[in-house]
Amino acid sequence: MEKIPIIKVGDTLLVSIQTDLQDQIAMTMQTDLLGRIEQTSARGVIIDISVVDIVDSFLGRVLSETASMARIMNAVVVVVGIQPSVAITLVELGLELKQIPTALNVERGLQLLRERIAWEDHAVADDAESRELGREEERARNGHG
Amino acid sequence: MVTVSRATRLSISNEVDLVRARQEVRVQAQALGFSLVDQTRITTAVSELIRNMMKYAGGGTMEIEGVRNGIRAGLRIICHDKGPGIPDIGLAMKEGYSTSNGLGYGLPGTKRLVDEFDIWSEVGKGTRVTISKWR
Repeated sequence: MEKIPIIKVGDTLLVSIQTDLQDQIAMTMQTDLLGRIEQTSARGVIIDISVVDIVDSFLGRVLSETASMARIMNAVVVVVGIQPSVAITLVELGLELKQIPTALNVERGLQLLRERIAWEDHAVADDAESRELGREEERARNGHG
Repeated sequence: MVTVSRATRLSISNEVDLVRARQEVRVQAQALGFSLVDQTRITTAVSELIRNMMKYAGGGTMEIEGVRNGIRAGLRIICHDKGPGIPDIGLAMKEGYSTSNGLGYGLPGTKRLVDEFDIWSEVGKGTRVTISKWR
């Protein structure tokens, strides 16, 4: 059973999907990738589909679900390298993959990941800060109660 | 008057057949001089139809024909199964009945990718979908 290699580059995982892969290989990639996210605590994943010349409803669904699953494990997935003919066909088929961040190539994908992760961490920090402020106000109110 | 040239017939029962069928369709679309986008459209349409055959009927057959209508060349693909059939074709062809989460048959989307789309189905007898793309 062939496998899709998952390469770790810094704190990002890079997956390159070859064309015309069998369903089972796509499903194995999904499981392997989630396992690697757990092992490495990776925050970002790039799935490169630049050599994939057909994305049908099955592969589209695998990509969407992989992105959602990784999301739950606190990692952001960016799909890169979608060919124009694939983008046209996907939209006509009615699969717009709206919920998946995409980028033109690996380089742009890495940039997008950096921005997204920084923004998320910022939002988390903001949350913690506002909770702390809330607690301080609470303490102040109780102190003056 | 449409004339049919050589036909290729493939029997479909598993994932390996699906990949092979897609490759065959792409090779023939390329040989006919279809643009890359049209090659992708027709290959994707075939992939969707074969997935239905596998999911609802456990497989079936696919025939690829080169067709000619005067000066226009095209590709006609017939996917035929002897499965349970589609009880309500009108419903199956309705936009929105089938969703991207894999419920329904995905037929409206498939129809949008081709020039001609014809479906015959009888409960208990099977389903035959014929699609054509002209260059």
